[in-house]
Amino acid sequence: MNTTLSIVVAAIQSIAPEVDESDLVPGARLQEDLDLDSMDFLDVITELAIRTGVEIPERDYPQLATVQGCVDYLAGLTATV
Amino acid sequence: MADFCMPSLGAEMTDGKLVEWLVHPGDTVKRGDIIAVVETDKAALEVEVWQDGVVEELLVGEGLKVPVGTALARLGEVGAVVVPTPTAPTPAAPEPVAPEPVLDRQPAGVAAADGHPPHVRGPIARHRADELGLDLSRVPGTGPGGVITRHDVEAAAQVRARPRVSPYARRRAAERGIDLAALAGTGPGGAVLAVDVPMAAAAAAAVSPPTPPVPAPTPAEAMRAAIARAMARSKREIPHYYLGTQVDLTDTLAWLDARNGDRPPAERVLPAVLELKAVALALRGHPDLNGFWVDDAFVPATSIDIGVAIALRTGGLVAPAIHATDTLDLDALMSALRDLVRRCRSSRIRASEATGATLTVTNLGDLGVETVLGVIYPPQVALVGFGRAVPRPWVVDGAVVPRTVVDLTLAADHRQTDGHLGARFLGRVAELLRTPEDL
Repeated sequence: MNTTLSIVVAAIQSIAPEVDESDLVPGARLQEDLDLDSMDFLDVITELAIRTGVEIPERDYPQLATVQGCVDYLAGLTATV
Repeated sequence: MADFCMPSLGAEMTDGKLVEWLVHPGDTVKRGDIIAVVETDKAALEVEVWQDGVVEELLVGEGLKVPVGTALARLGEVGAVVVPTPTAPTPAAPEPVAPEPVLDRQPAGVAAADGHPPHVRGPIARHRADELGLDLSRVPGTGPGGVITRHDVEAAAQVRARPRVSPYARRRAAERGIDLAALAGTGPGGAVLAVDVPMAAAAAAAVSPPTPPVPAPTPAEAMRAAIARAMARSKREIPHYYLGTQVDLTDTLAWLDARNGDRPPAERVLPAVLELKAVALALRGHPDLNGFWVDDAFVPATSIDIGVAIALRTGGLVAPAIHATDTLDLDALMSALRDLVRRCRSSRIRASEATGATLTVTNLGDLGVETVLGVIYPPQVALVGFGRAVPRPWVVDGAVVPRTVVDLTLAADHRQTDGHLGARFLGRVAELLRTPEDL
């Protein structure tokens, strides 16, 4: 069903393989809950750009603070394209 | 001909495990080649060789844990005839650690590996060696760059007081629960060799009860123990002083936003990179904060290699160095930092990175912390901390306006510098941070 979610989860896991899969719930906050630092976060953004072709500008970073936020952001963009 | 020895990969490292050989006997190696992977309490590290040569013999098998300074391989000159030798035996199971340095197979310690005489730091180590009647060319140095410290001399003296035992013999004896002191050695000078152990095994087995196995510490436990040793030493030995200031980063961050603007994510630069570069450039004018405190004296570093504190999600912390940080432009520094973080997380740090950071920078801003009062990583003499850049009411030209401000702190060793110098240094870092176009 939700391929966007699977892309987001795969991107996070590629940068932070040690994150427990059970923690990757929609409401999980990337920094506070998954313990990604700013370098990891930028790497996740980079991965998402590679996997979806969407180059997320810095001003949109706050919208991607949670797993669900990433999904909604990408879904919104890809739906209008 | 020279020996490639177990290097000291940190002030608190006493031994290391040879995880993997990346060369075979007969291979030609060049200075700077990575030839082995060594695991310390903190991480697995790729170890470089520091001279050209041909690998003649691997003296230590994969999986073995040996003290710092132990010869790991014998190197011959390029072009010399190499006698083929079998590789060292690999034990089936991890071996117990020899509790003290074993000097049997290290003719000249660490420093001799590059053909130079051992570098002894300070009159104290030399004087103590004279008192003990020790030959310094046989003492492995664990200080920065392989220098011999007073501690090394004391450790070597302790070893000398014990019966001489080959590493392999020590291992066999430990496996079989045999007291080494009870063995008669047949090696040179009465040294106990491996062949002496099995002969005694049958007799010993009858009388000595088997030693209960001690569970090996997990990597996380070992790293915790290494951090505990380093930090306890820091707070025990280093009289810290702390300074802090607040830096208005509003214009700097706006400059960075504009710079990152249309760049794809992979080419964007993080604020942390500006911080690292500002610290590195400020150190050029403050060499008193860039180096090591060894045996009651300061040893200035010859380059500015900033250590970056990187937390591991699996627990613990590493602070590997970025070499010549002050010479890298922002994009190169960003690449170096990204590469370092990735390799730390996958435990592929090079030995020359794990050692020798000349000052460490820690940034806890990602966690929302505003102020870091750091603990210096010995033998360094200073640590710079950055908190989170947060909006604050700020006075500009007599009016209160919202500005984005970061707390910049310094923890420094009062044996080496005073607050006056520290304050000037912090002032310089702040000045550089406010002029990012010069970074």
